[in-house]
Amino acid sequence: MAMIRMPSEAAPILPPSQVPVVRPRAGSRNPGIRALQRIWTAIRSNRKATWGAGLLVLICLVAIFPWVIARDNPTAMIYPLSLGPSARHLLGTTGLGQDMFAQIIWGARPVLLIAFGAGLAATGIAVLIGVAAAYLGGLWDAVLSLLTDVLLVIPVFPLVIVIAGYLRSSGTLVMIAVITFTGWSYTARQLRSQALSLRNRDFLEAARVRGERRLYIVVVEIIPTMTSLIVASFLTNALYAVLFSTSLQFIGLGDPTVVSWGTMLRAAENNEAFQTGQALWIIAPGLCIVALGAAFALLNYAFDEIGNPALRPLRRARVKQSS
Amino acid sequence: MRFALRRLAFFALTLWVAVTLNFLLPRMMPGNPAVAMIAKFKGGVSPQALKTLEIQFGVNTHRSIVSEYVSYLGNITTGKFGTSLSEYPASVAHIVLNAIPWTLGLVGITTILAFILGTVIGIIGAWRRGGLLDSIMPPTFVITSVIPYFWLGLVLILVFGVQLKWLPYINSYDYTLTPSFSLAFIGNVIQHAIMPAVTLLITTIGTWILTMRNTMITTLAEDYVRMARAKGLSGRRIMFDYAARNAILPNLTGFAMSLGFVLGGAILIELVFNYQGVGYWLLNAVNNEDYPLMQALFLLITVAVLLAILVADIATALLDPRTREAS
Repeated sequence: MAMIRMPSEAAPILPPSQVPVVRPRAGSRNPGIRALQRIWTAIRSNRKATWGAGLLVLICLVAIFPWVIARDNPTAMIYPLSLGPSARHLLGTTGLGQDMFAQIIWGARPVLLIAFGAGLAATGIAVLIGVAAAYLGGLWDAVLSLLTDVLLVIPVFPLVIVIAGYLRSSGTLVMIAVITFTGWSYTARQLRSQALSLRNRDFLEAARVRGERRLYIVVVEIIPTMTSLIVASFLTNALYAVLFSTSLQFIGLGDPTVVSWGTMLRAAENNEAFQTGQALWIIAPGLCIVALGAAFALLNYAFDEIGNPALRPLRRARVKQSS
Repeated sequence: MRFALRRLAFFALTLWVAVTLNFLLPRMMPGNPAVAMIAKFKGGVSPQALKTLEIQFGVNTHRSIVSEYVSYLGNITTGKFGTSLSEYPASVAHIVLNAIPWTLGLVGITTILAFILGTVIGIIGAWRRGGLLDSIMPPTFVITSVIPYFWLGLVLILVFGVQLKWLPYINSYDYTLTPSFSLAFIGNVIQHAIMPAVTLLITTIGTWILTMRNTMITTLAEDYVRMARAKGLSGRRIMFDYAARNAILPNLTGFAMSLGFVLGGAILIELVFNYQGVGYWLLNAVNNEDYPLMQALFLLITVAVLLAILVADIATALLDPRTREAS
């Protein structure tokens, strides 16, 4: 996992004379929008980011409109067992007589739901706790940081297994909850350090002098400035959610009635796909998981390169200089 | 000294949280899973063991949760983890002690190998900036580090185990042999370890390569590296003695921490390869609702991680004066 450490690029350090002292209310949402624009430019200019974003959009489209691509019912066990690939069954059928292509296509939805659900929820908690700790300071900071650090060092995957083990089988919502509860701490710590570095900036001082309420300062002034890091946190959390949830489903702690890439692998392993020569049953869902994980990871690494220009590939930098 | 004491206090607190989570989780879950477990094993275990179980999980005891908690803490500190249910009448401690060496051997050695290899590749990649290695490396290893390792294990089994029949892929050794320190037995153990080790190596090495490459690039831009170049020192000397020596410091912390994750970091590998280590038993306990064994293994994994972090913190403070000043 590449560490994401993005400097607060949204707020360049200017000499005091150039720092806008009082910022008009209407324009105060700008840092957030500006950061989003910067991310969009990055997606278009960085090749890794383009690939990651393209893959992610493709998988999202498949998850939203699966019936357009696969006409078969993914759960119906109505076909001959263990067929090889053919025009009728693009990836063949499973050892249980289901159409494998339909399973792969319909399987995108639960994984993406968990990735986005747990990714967004964990990032939300991380922002809340990280920013609150940094902004409130004092005892609040001590307590919240301690909570973050404790959760950070407890081995998360075994903990997830233990919780899921007590719950026996967990559907999509339960899985989102378990992964969110165990996964927010890493990004909360990063967000806290960035919020700390913002704390004494002039524009926050200005807001305080104007007499703005704390909540206003946090929501309107601090959080938009941190957009890049928040997006990076989301990517990290979503990637963890993909890997954790498919692992849990593979162990058999997911909901076996949901068709998803992890449960497909579980079924393949249980029905001895090796012995029956059903290699595709194992290879296809795994490649899909890798594709989704790679989409999040490539985007994340690209943002890393943008935050730290030294890491960018050299050749392209030279082309840019000469043009 | 104050630094070490503060870390020690943090260590104790986290340990307490893990122990308490262990105590609270089964009691908080909907439909009290412990009741189901006890119902399932009733008749299968001796009445005395059943009584102990009921006390351990707070079923039919009519005691307050506080007094249950106190006696639970007492049992943990004296190492009384009870009897395993899935392997009745073996004690939990017995199973755990037998599992540890297998995981330590397989995952421990692989972790060390991945760190050494990854670091060296990262150093060389960063040194030859713009070379072939440097341009393929980042995208390749970003992708290998997201491969679910259990899936890669399955694919390797498919290719090298089932199709080519080159290597064994079930259990940690051939069960027809009796464990001994003979050459034949050790060779057999190594054969069984190759595929799981390669799986882990492929999926973990990317992180080491990329973090080493990235810190190395930053270090290579430092003035003292330019100074060394100006002095006309050999490339190899600058690469290892000047740049890598400093760039490796943050990675050493990561390495020490990853040693802590050895016990709990490769759970699914042990499942896929049927390798009888800590992770295999944890999943076995989960699947068989053997909660005493599950709790003990979770605590063991947590303690290992905490110890590693404590060691990593102290080692970094000793090796890198900058961190001491910062704290």
